[in-house]
Amino acid sequence: MSTNLADPTRLATPPTFQAVSLSRRIKNGFATTLVWGAFLIAIIPLVWVLYTVIQRGFPVILDGDWWQKSLSGLLARQQGGGAYHAIYGTLVQGLVCGIISVPIGIMIAIYLVEYGGRSKLAKATTFMVDILTGVPSIVAALFVYTVWITYAGMGRSAFAVSIALVLLMVPVVVRTTEEMLKIVPDELREASYALGIPKWKTIVKIVIPTALSGILTGIMLALARVMGETAPVLVLAAYAPFINYNLFSGPMASLPLMMVNERNNPTQAGFERLWGAAITLVLIITLFNLLATVISRVLAPKTK
Amino acid sequence: MAKRLDIKDLNLYYGKFHAVENVSLAVPPKNVTAFIGPSGCGKSTVLRSLNRMHEVAPGARVEGKVLLDGEDIYASTVDPVEVRRTIGMVFQRPNPFPTMSIRDNVVAGLKLAGVKNKKELDEVAERSLRGANLWNEVKDRLDRPGGGLSGGQQQRLCIARAIAVQPDVLLMDEPCSALDPISTLAIEDLITELKKDYTIVIVTHNMQQAARVSDQTAFFNLLGVGQPGQLIEVDDTEKIFSNPGQKATEDYISGRFG
Amino acid sequence: MNDPVVAKRPAGSGDPGAVRGVAAAPTASEAPIPPTPAAPETTKAPHVRPGDRIFRGLATGSGVFIVVLIGAIGLFLILQAIPSLGLDQINFLTSREWNTTDPANLRFGILDLLLVTVIVSILALLIAMPIALGIALFLTQYAPRNLARPFAYVVDLLAAVPSIVFGLWGLFVLGPVLFPFSEWLIENLGWIPLFAKGNVNVQLGGTIFTAGIVVAVMILPIITAVSREVFDRTPRMHIEGAIALGATKWEVVRTTVLPFGKAGYVSASMLGLGRALGETIAVMIILSTTSASFGWSLFDGGATFASKIALAAPEFNDTRSAGAYIAAGLVLFVLTFVVNAIARSIVAGHKEYE
Repeated sequence: MSTNLADPTRLATPPTFQAVSLSRRIKNGFATTLVWGAFLIAIIPLVWVLYTVIQRGFPVILDGDWWQKSLSGLLARQQGGGAYHAIYGTLVQGLVCGIISVPIGIMIAIYLVEYGGRSKLAKATTFMVDILTGVPSIVAALFVYTVWITYAGMGRSAFAVSIALVLLMVPVVVRTTEEMLKIVPDELREASYALGIPKWKTIVKIVIPTALSGILTGIMLALARVMGETAPVLVLAAYAPFINYNLFSGPMASLPLMMVNERNNPTQAGFERLWGAAITLVLIITLFNLLATVISRVLAPKTK
Repeated sequence: MAKRLDIKDLNLYYGKFHAVENVSLAVPPKNVTAFIGPSGCGKSTVLRSLNRMHEVAPGARVEGKVLLDGEDIYASTVDPVEVRRTIGMVFQRPNPFPTMSIRDNVVAGLKLAGVKNKKELDEVAERSLRGANLWNEVKDRLDRPGGGLSGGQQQRLCIARAIAVQPDVLLMDEPCSALDPISTLAIEDLITELKKDYTIVIVTHNMQQAARVSDQTAFFNLLGVGQPGQLIEVDDTEKIFSNPGQKATEDYISGRFG
Repeated sequence: MNDPVVAKRPAGSGDPGAVRGVAAAPTASEAPIPPTPAAPETTKAPHVRPGDRIFRGLATGSGVFIVVLIGAIGLFLILQAIPSLGLDQINFLTSREWNTTDPANLRFGILDLLLVTVIVSILALLIAMPIALGIALFLTQYAPRNLARPFAYVVDLLAAVPSIVFGLWGLFVLGPVLFPFSEWLIENLGWIPLFAKGNVNVQLGGTIFTAGIVVAVMILPIITAVSREVFDRTPRMHIEGAIALGATKWEVVRTTVLPFGKAGYVSASMLGLGRALGETIAVMIILSTTSASFGWSLFDGGATFASKIALAAPEFNDTRSAGAYIAAGLVLFVLTFVVNAIARSIVAGHKEYE
């Protein structure tokens, strides 16, 4: 739409044509300004937030200790130490969540697209996935708290966090996978059946590989999203300033939890830890987003 | 290898819609049978029922028998997957698997059936590509994606893929309708060659094509909208195009309707 | 060209391996085929490959799993909330007090939580809706074609920033910046209850006002993304028709894009509202807590459902006290569920968006 109607300056029309009336031109110019303005307004907080995080956090993560040490044994006001314990927690909780969510989510999507059709179960499944999509993360955390901690009698642990994250990640995986499977042309399925390849092999070897780049991209974006979630770690895991490799028991740090903990620490050490953790989290999320873009480029079906 | 097909009292449905009524027809081995007729007359539906692809559609149903050398492919003991392995199919639009190389496309049927021997697969790939008159054009780029070929080459790749599993019968559903005239000619030449080894059934909209490539022609017609399609007549191609037995056939091939 | 009957076949869902829908052929080959028109599902598939059966079972099982899981979770939540509701000494829906420190004397009501949650969300929505509309129009109609994609990516980046980072930025950076403006509003418009001096120290910035602005930023991407998708589907013909009539750009947008996309925009806003209602950590970090009740001012502090739960959650130790929060969580869940359901039903009523 590169029409010159949008551009009032071009409306200096040759005499044969009647000029667009002034009030219409004013309205048009006003609307154009507003629409551009809206976009610029949205950019302000993004730039501002990123600037804040980088300006306050960047000096902190330049220190090699940040990536290799925990805060074990350090007092609140003592500077030094690092976020290794929290980085480990964030990555491992996200990873475990992914390991559980991805197969479940993909199988649900396969059921919906390849088997379910318009059956009642398929409708119920779609409905439940819709519900999960809208569940606030704090409610998902409460779900897991009730079932895992109150009823099953387990303690707070990193694994409980992962399960809550599963509830948030599964609907995203289902939705993206569903979209991707739907755009695989039926002709490929038919070509495969016509070669005498059974349906399940057709799905596993033909349909999924064709949709793979889109599915993986979606998974990476979903992972980036759940790793920034704070509510589940707040409810389901206790903070530890030291390294805990055990998923199933004991307190374990994660970057969001570290930030929650340090936000009330008024010392310079607290400030550094808070914004160091913030920029680290943003970096990790950016990394996964980039990974998603790279995957979608590299794995997309080629023609050359 | 090549086997005969006998279609007996075939009725095909999509849900409640009766798509094709009472078709009986014999397809001799090593012979090309063409299905012609106006759009919607059910010729593609009949073709798809010959290797049990019709039932892939939800609610689709088949009544009657299709005998492959006397054995009913719709018998309850028969596995539809085995039927499709024996009776191959080439589709209207070329549909190579986009994630696979040219070589992998050709041997996809064997590979996914569990054949792992690389030497054997390479031999089959070469034999099938030669059989599809494509070998000379692609032998230097077997590892490139199949999607990079031209439309006509892709369709020959699909034919190579279909004959790689050594079927008894080859079904072709308007294989040239998406191709340019030169590619069409290449495919038609190929069909004439494949006839030496395979029983071929081809659906086509193009009557000249039916006249050029087939030995036997079956004319399908539709009595009215919402009515099931019917087989009007089947005879030697020469006879159908010179002296058809039915008025409707004559009207259709002389272009008076359709 | 395909035969129409074949072309109409709905995508997916067919099962090539099974003989579902095929009349069972009698074993005696001479027997006539009985016409069985209306019984597609009754015939038992004699030949389903084990691989197909297992895979189909796994896929279907996953579907069943999610249905049962959510049903069970809902059940457990309700089961845990009920005893606490029974122990509640005051009215759960209409009271403003929240005191669960003594499990033997539970006093909790959600009225204040509900009001603060709704006010924060409505404020966020009022700010975000016009801006998101502008961005969506910008990205689909105004931005230079080759820049629309990167611009859209930039807006989506807002969604990638974790909620807790927005919270910290809101409290430590935005709050102080807003202070002079807030003070001016209180001094000059304080006679309007909405702008009255609130129940927390406005200098600290932990007000509903700050929280609403930050949440507005957070729901911008979702409203923009969904609206953009709908605006993009405005039929080309409508737009070209308007251009051919000599309409200015704005007139084209007003007469074609906006009427076509209105329902989608409303639905997108409802989705945004759903997010705002459930937003937890940013609000928890920003809002100053207070023991005073909500007084209808934007410069009040307080707690939303989500922030209240998040603040208390680390100290959950008594199931009776926890039950009170779970009851509040259920109300939040119902609230977001209703809002999301409305959003979905709006889109479901418009087939042209498919």
